[in-house]
Formats: sequence, structure tokens, C-alpha cells
Amino acid sequence: MKLTDLTRLGKFVVTSEVGPPKGINLDKMLHEAEYIRGRVAAINVTDNQSSVMRMGGLAACKVLKDKGFEPVFQITCRDRNRLALQADLLSAAMFGIENLLLLTGDHIVLGDHKDAKPVFDLDSVSLAHCVKRLEEGFDLAGNKLDGEAPKFCKGAVVSPCAEPLDPQLFKMEKKIKAGVEFFQTQAVYEPEKFEKFMKRVKEFGVPVYVGIVVLKTVGMAKFMNENVAGIHVPDSLIEELKKDKEKTKSGQTGVEISARLIKDMKNMCQGVHMMPLGWDDKVPKILEMAGV
Amino acid sequence: MLITKVKTKEELLPVLSGRVLVIPCLGCSQSYFPVEEFNRLKDELKSSGANLASEVTFDYMCREDFTERRLEIYREQLEAADTVLIFSCGVGIQTFAGLIPGKKIVSGSDTFYVPGFPGFTPSEHDCEQCGECRMGLTFGICPVTACSKGLLNGQCGGAKDGKCEVDKNMACGWQRIFERMNALKGSDKALKEGVQIRDYKKSSL
Ligand code: SF4
Ligand code: SF4
Repeated sequence: MKLTDLTRLGKFVVTSEVGPPKGINLDKMLHEAEYIRGRVAAINVTDNQSSVMRMGGLAACKVLKDKGFEPVFQITCRDRNRLALQADLLSAAMFGIENLLLLTGDHIVLGDHKDAKPVFDLDSVSLAHCVKRLEEGFDLAGNKLDGEAPKFCKGAVVSPCAEPLDPQLFKMEKKIKAGVEFFQTQAVYEPEKFEKFMKRVKEFGVPVYVGIVVLKTVGMAKFMNENVAGIHVPDSLIEELKKDKEKTKSGQTGVEISARLIKDMKNMCQGVHMMPLGWDDKVPKILEMAGV
Repeated sequence: MLITKVKTKEELLPVLSGRVLVIPCLGCSQSYFPVEEFNRLKDELKSSGANLASEVTFDYMCREDFTERRLEIYREQLEAADTVLIFSCGVGIQTFAGLIPGKKIVSGSDTFYVPGFPGFTPSEHDCEQCGECRMGLTFGICPVTACSKGLLNGQCGGAKDGKCEVDKNMACGWQRIFERMNALKGSDKALKEGVQIRDYKKSSL
């Protein structure tokens, strides 16, 4: 089912995320998905996340779909030109995959094939435009598609805590004009900033699903503050992780923080997108504590 | 070797505002300058209501020291202008824009690549000769070369503290575009219109 249809029905949309393996053994990925079966509306499948080569997301989406999960096909512009992107989009439609997350993608040099050619023939905005053209029955070059046109639900990302925020809002608006129908956000640890962001994007009238990355260690929080764009973990949360080492190690602190963040923000937005980074087993507990 | 081709009246009219100072860059052996088309375009712009208030000629605009000197000489004309419409290669326009951060710059021409030895003008500015110069929309900063991904429709999610995700020592090109826009009290309206997609037939790469 399309995520935006759930929002239209008044449901609070909960999604989570898995990453395909570096190889062809799907046991671990499917095991992670089983933890959240029935607890989430859909599961995002990442696309060579952080520019690290892995099994393709489309195949992983198809496997999840066959097992009764609703996949969100993440598709980046880093590795494919406009022909390959359209080919994969048509393949996804043929498999009945409806939900897309359209991304520019991290740069090649951040990953494990630093000597590869960065593609970026399209970007997240022109990719959204391209999907819209396919839905209208044409490819990007204006050629007519044979038969029924594909129908998707088009998502994209935005960073609510980026500084400055204006370039992000500019891009968000361009994405919406190009046909994007929902947004999943970068991880948010500052509900006050998120509230301000939501006030500014309210007029756009598109659903926003807030991103939550479960904090595992103090080191992870500090690393993100140093290196990850658009993320700021406040000192108070870092102190909380430091306070009880055993509790943090067991994951309990991360679970409590995540649940609290969701509670604080759930009334500001239309859903939550969990990025558990392997801690999928903790997701049901978090959702339960947050009351969603 | 490169070739510049003047843009069309349709493309330029919406981005020209107020008193316009026209600057062609002539006399560079690396670049072919289409004089006839340039004159024709100016007539067309004028008869469509653009206020082409004055014109001064540069050469080797890409050379910062030359351009600095000319900026001194033509200070009066520059100060009187609301928009500077430049006909030069992409490197020339960026050199000019870099020297006067407070001016609205519009590229009047597209820079194309022609096979052969491209001459030697070392510069921190770069032009990939994409054949569809976008600097009229991006406030004199080239999105193709100033952004590591060559993004045409805005900033990616990777900029941190104004730096590019690829290199902490490199300013994010899109942040530079927005900073310059804010310094000029410019609007992002034209930039927000439409979806930019590159035509690789027109480019060197
Ligand atoms: S947009 Fe950049 S690459 Fe293209 S012609 Fe202008 S300066 Fe050169
Ligand atoms: S961080 Fe800025 S310069 Fe770097 S790829 Fe993203 S938009 Fe381009």
C-alpha cells in the first residue's frame, strides 16, 4: 500500500529500514525484518548505503514483498545514469513495488570503491521529474511507453536540523514541484528544531515522517556530531548515554531516548521512520514505549 | 580551445533587472567570440525593453590581475549598474564574480568545448564547458564545477558547517550560491522554477 494513502486515512505511518548484505545470503536481513513484522507499515531497503557496494535493493525489495512485507525501494543517482534509473524503475513497477525513496546519493569517495566513476547524471529533483514522466506514460526522452504506465508513491528526504536550513527548504520545495509526495527525514535529536522546521513546511502540505536513529554508544553520538551532515546530538543526550554504562551497553538507554523523541515529536508530524542500523530487535519496544 | 555562443533573448530577459552593464571579453586567443550574434542580441534585448545602460570591453577576464585593474577603471559604470551581463567563458565570468561579491552577475553566453589544447590560464575557478551556462541563475557561481556532484537543482544533504561532504576543506558550492544570493538580497524564484537536467551532447565530458 502507498504510504501516502495511509496518511490520507489518518494513520500515523511507521516505517523502518534494512540494508542488503554484501553477498547473496539474505538470512540476516530477513531476520531483522521479522522483528518488525506487523509493527511497521513498510520497510525501506537502502541502495549501496554510504556508497558501500552491496546486493541490489530491487532484488531485496522483491524478496521482502514475496514474504508479505511492504518495501520502500530507495534509489540513488550515484551509480546509474538516466537509462539505468528508468530501467530499474520500470522493473520495480513490474514487481508491484509502489513506494520509492528518491535520493541523490552519497558521493563515491565516501564508500568502499573510491576509484569508481561518480555518475550523478540526474539528481533527486530530476529523478522525481523522471518518475513523474514515466507515470504519465513517457520516458525522459519523450518516447511513449508501451501499455499501462507505472504508478508509484514518490518519497524523498530532507534534513530538518541542517544549518542553514534555507537551502534544504529550497530543495524540498523543488522536489515537491517535481512530484514528491512524502518525506522521510534525516535523524532528529532536537524536537525544538524539528518543531520550527515543521512550522515552515506546513504550507507545503506533504506528509513528513521524522527520522530516528537509535543511539548505541557515546562514541557513535560524537562521531555523528563530527561527521554526519544535518545531525546534532545535544550534550544532554550524550550525558544520558554516559551515566549508566551497563544500561547503555544493553541498548536500554538508546531505546528510552528514541521512544522519548518519538513521543515529543509524534504530534508535530505524520509518521516516524526508524533507522535502527542493525538494532531492529529494539524497534518494537521503542514503538510500544512511544505509544505508536 | 573553446567557443562561446550568445544566449537567446528569451533566456536572458527574465533574469535582467534594472540598469544593465554589458561586458564582452574580447581578444582571447583561446576563445572564439561571435561578434555579429552579440550585436544582434543586444538590439533584440533593447527592443524588448531591457535597459542596457552602458557597455565596456574587457580582455583576459579570467586573469584576476587584469580584471582587478579594469574594475578600477570602470568603477563608475559598475557602481551605476544593477546587473552585469557578461559575455565571456565560464572561467572569466567566475573570476569577475569572485572579485565583486556584491553585484548581480548574469552570464550572457554558453561555453562549449572544442577538441584541442586548451591553453594555459591557471585559475581556482573552473568551467567544464557544459554548453548551457547556468550562472545567470546561480549568482555567478558555477554549479557544475563548484559542487562535487555537479548538482543543478540545489544542495544535497551532505553539507556540514558549510563544507562539502567530499572534502572538509572545500566550501559547499550550493552553500556559496545561497550565501551570495543572500548577500545580494537576491531571490531564489528563478532558480526554483523548472527542473534542470544536463544535455551531455553539448558538453566536453
Ligand atoms: S555553468 Fe559552469 S561549466 Fe557550464 S558554461 Fe557556465 S561556468 Fe562553464
Ligand atoms: S555538499 Fe555541497 S558541494 Fe558537496 S556535493 Fe553536496 S551540494 Fe555539492
